[in-house]
Amino acid sequence: MNYLVGLLSVVFFILAITVISKSLKLNKNLSGENESDSALDSHNNTNAVGFLLFWLFGTIAGVWSFLHSQPDFLPEAASAHGVKTDSMFWISMAVVTFAFFITNSLLFFFAFQYRNNKNRKATFYPVNHKLEIIWTIIPAIVMAILVFTGWRTWRDITSQAPSNAVVIELTGHQFGWYVRYAGNDDSQLGNINYKLIDETNSLGLDFTDKNTFDDFTASELHLPKGVPVLLKIRAQDVLHSVYLPFHRVKMDAVPGMPTKFWFTPTISTDEMRAKLGKSDFNFKLNCTEICGRGHFGMAITVFVDEPEDYKKWVSEQKPFLTMNPAYLSKVPENLKAKASKYIPAEPIATDSTASEAVSVK
Amino acid sequence: MSTAVSTTEEVIAHGHDHGHDHEHEHHELGFIRKYIFSEDHKTIAKQYLISGILWAFIGGALSIIFRLQLGFPDMSLEWLRPVLGEWIDESGKLDKEFYLALVTMHGTIMVFFVLTAGLSGTFSNFLIPLQIGARDMASGFINMLSYWFFFLSSVIMFSSLFIETGPASGGWVIYPPLSALPQAMPGSGLGMTLWLTSMALFIVSQLMGGINYICTIINLRTRGMTFTKMPLTIWSFFFTAVLGLLSFPVLLSAALLLIFDRSFGTSFYLSEIYIQGQALPNMGGSPILYQHLFWFLGHPEVYIVLLPALGMTSEVIATNARKPIFGYRAMIGSMMGITVLAFIVWAHHMFVTGMNPFLGSVFMFLTLIIAVPSAVKGFNYITTLWKGNIVFTPAMLFSIGLVSLFISGGVTGIILGNSALDINLHDTYFVVAHFHLVMGAASFFGLMAGVYHWFPKMFGRMMNKTAGYIHFWFTFVGVYSVFFPMHYTGIAGFPRRYYSFTALGNDSQAAFTDLNAFISFAAIITFTAQAIFFINFFYSIFKGKRATQNPWKSNTLEWTTPIVPGHGNWEGEIPAVYRWPYDYSKPGSEADFIPQTIPHSATPESNLPEENDEIAKEKEIESLLAAQNESYNR
Repeated sequence: MNYLVGLLSVVFFILAITVISKSLKLNKNLSGENESDSALDSHNNTNAVGFLLFWLFGTIAGVWSFLHSQPDFLPEAASAHGVKTDSMFWISMAVVTFAFFITNSLLFFFAFQYRNNKNRKATFYPVNHKLEIIWTIIPAIVMAILVFTGWRTWRDITSQAPSNAVVIELTGHQFGWYVRYAGNDDSQLGNINYKLIDETNSLGLDFTDKNTFDDFTASELHLPKGVPVLLKIRAQDVLHSVYLPFHRVKMDAVPGMPTKFWFTPTISTDEMRAKLGKSDFNFKLNCTEICGRGHFGMAITVFVDEPEDYKKWVSEQKPFLTMNPAYLSKVPENLKAKASKYIPAEPIATDSTASEAVSVK
Repeated sequence: MSTAVSTTEEVIAHGHDHGHDHEHEHHELGFIRKYIFSEDHKTIAKQYLISGILWAFIGGALSIIFRLQLGFPDMSLEWLRPVLGEWIDESGKLDKEFYLALVTMHGTIMVFFVLTAGLSGTFSNFLIPLQIGARDMASGFINMLSYWFFFLSSVIMFSSLFIETGPASGGWVIYPPLSALPQAMPGSGLGMTLWLTSMALFIVSQLMGGINYICTIINLRTRGMTFTKMPLTIWSFFFTAVLGLLSFPVLLSAALLLIFDRSFGTSFYLSEIYIQGQALPNMGGSPILYQHLFWFLGHPEVYIVLLPALGMTSEVIATNARKPIFGYRAMIGSMMGITVLAFIVWAHHMFVTGMNPFLGSVFMFLTLIIAVPSAVKGFNYITTLWKGNIVFTPAMLFSIGLVSLFISGGVTGIILGNSALDINLHDTYFVVAHFHLVMGAASFFGLMAGVYHWFPKMFGRMMNKTAGYIHFWFTFVGVYSVFFPMHYTGIAGFPRRYYSFTALGNDSQAAFTDLNAFISFAAIITFTAQAIFFINFFYSIFKGKRATQNPWKSNTLEWTTPIVPGHGNWEGEIPAVYRWPYDYSKPGSEADFIPQTIPHSATPESNLPEENDEIAKEKEIESLLAAQNESYNR
């Protein structure tokens, strides 16, 4: 990258020197007459050459910098849909880069080629309907193809989640994420109510709903590999946005309006570590909607486990009620029996740490 | 309405004066009426321009401060403490909230105060009467009010930079609930109140301006200036004004509802919020509603910013390529298409906000349609250069630069408009790169092209050309160096509005440390290079070489006025118009340009066969003189 800095500084420098030296020369030769009255001056060719140089150095810098940055782009998508959108992205990118290169090249070449020449007159060429139609229709067709493939992919991504999907709830708050799983006994997330939020029950779990009893919270996001995952996304205070860069997942978290996104992780953390040759690699969940001071640090770690490891991990987690037996008092009488199942004989000396997501450091 | 009528009479009175005593250049107004509370469209335009330039420097400086943080995250910014005070924290780093305030104010200032008011406000005001052949705007008084509302709005926005809790910090889109809840961030307190007040006044100013532009273009064209003989600049100002007039009121509604939520306990945008240990009573509101309302303006705003730049570029390119603009009617048609489509693509900013995905599909289709007229414009510009005889004035350089940036930034719009691809790219630097090129830099280049091209008409003097060339090359190389590499960080998944990228994990920010430093370095050079312009501009106002009548050998009407036109623009009768504005290098003609005021009967050698029919209409056009004078004398 230092080379690029150097290269472009040189370009700047050369251009500046050229222009300045030309202008000095002009000053020496300046007879003080007609020349300066006309819009045309001796720099005209310099500027024309400038466009050609810009094209040349721009192309070199563009290609070089792309190749240089490419290894640092997001690696292969770690989700089923992400592989599709990635390939679509690079195909679209090829199409637009082609258009970008051709049109910019024509622009700069024409600028150079048709620089002013006193002995020539511009061609009076005001209209050509055939040309206009051609370059209306060609982009329209290309666009139609891109849109259509994009639409089909979008439709698949946003379709109803498969019924076997693992449901996980993510709740954004300033500045962290709460993760809640449906528990080991039912696959239903219990209700939550923001008015029930207190220091321990930071999600506002509603213990009048029996589905809540086995729900557990976590400070990290664990996902099973190869199984569809449905993220139910909430926000408590302001907008946040769930961003799983490696899974090509993004969906805003909106207070008062739960959102969702389902996808299938295809590469486990271990596989990704092996692939990248980085033993400390971890997937991340970041926030991409401006939410205040700690926005940039609002991240938790994501583990994609082999299905059996995932099962094991889930089975080891303790329901919120088990960790915080005091909440039994919030359970209505008729459900007390059901809830008591989750209350340990010995009260566990713990507090809310498990429910606190990692927040900004 | 009564004011409108009375001021129309005032304008008429000026016209009347000119009609009758030609020797009198203009009746002398006091300093205040002439330079401050002026109703002369040219003075108002200059007021807008100078305000816009000052704002651009403020907006640019803010971006340099946050680029320092992004490019050199370990740098001590202690040396900025004399300016920023408490906003530099104990460790000598930029305060994290102030970083967001900088980003927010940079966006607000650049989009609204520089590229809307500074660009459209300047050139719509300056060029509409001069290019259509009118003595002034339809209502000089409303026009003056428009500027002073803008000025008031500017003062309020500027003052918000200095308050203790800081200016608005929730991003220039000020999405609630972040912007609605002062407890969410300090910038959402007084700073946001000032932001909303300022923007409400700004919208009032835009509406006053817009209605004036539309009325003037429809009603005050000189005899012979039919719609199909209008320069593309005027067409672009017309469409811009229509866009503004229809979309700004929606932003005003959005802002009003936000004001209600903030101050009067309503729940338009708020629902089920628990913040700072407190559950708020608001239920049933929707933050998505705000986003719909905001982007209903926000998207047309892109074209409000861009269309005037494209219009002026058409004019500058045709003049300096010494060639008619290619596909004049296709240009109008594509601008018309863009104007209509601009209103029905807004939700492409909201693909992943939780909006129904079916709506996402609809908006994806509509969005990619808008690429077609934009592509047509690009091709037409390139074809205009083809076989031209190009004179590279600074304005022409900036216009060619605009076309390049418009294409380079535009093509990535095809990617972002695809909702499936937007999932990963949304709110990353890819978006930042895209819109800075296509709307930020392109429009800025349009603004510069306009200033260099019409400076002689504004101030009667020329700007230094060599300084203009240097300014262009630094800016052009600089802008590409800043924004092109941002695509890479976007593809690498770097989100925008991040104070630092450490939380992305896996040390991924390390790979782009050099790149970010390079971008900041290029931004500083580019920003510094604007000093060349600043000095050139203000020096040339007073000391520039005297301009000639028609320095660029252009066809349009403004070059038929006196070198420094007085109030009323033309001494004597307003000239009639007989032909379109793009008769450059016409075969058979001795000169390589034929101004709009030359009748076809005077140029039999160069008339195209169908233009000989126009000769018959000349009598008709001339006979309109009485009616035209009548309209000013009524």
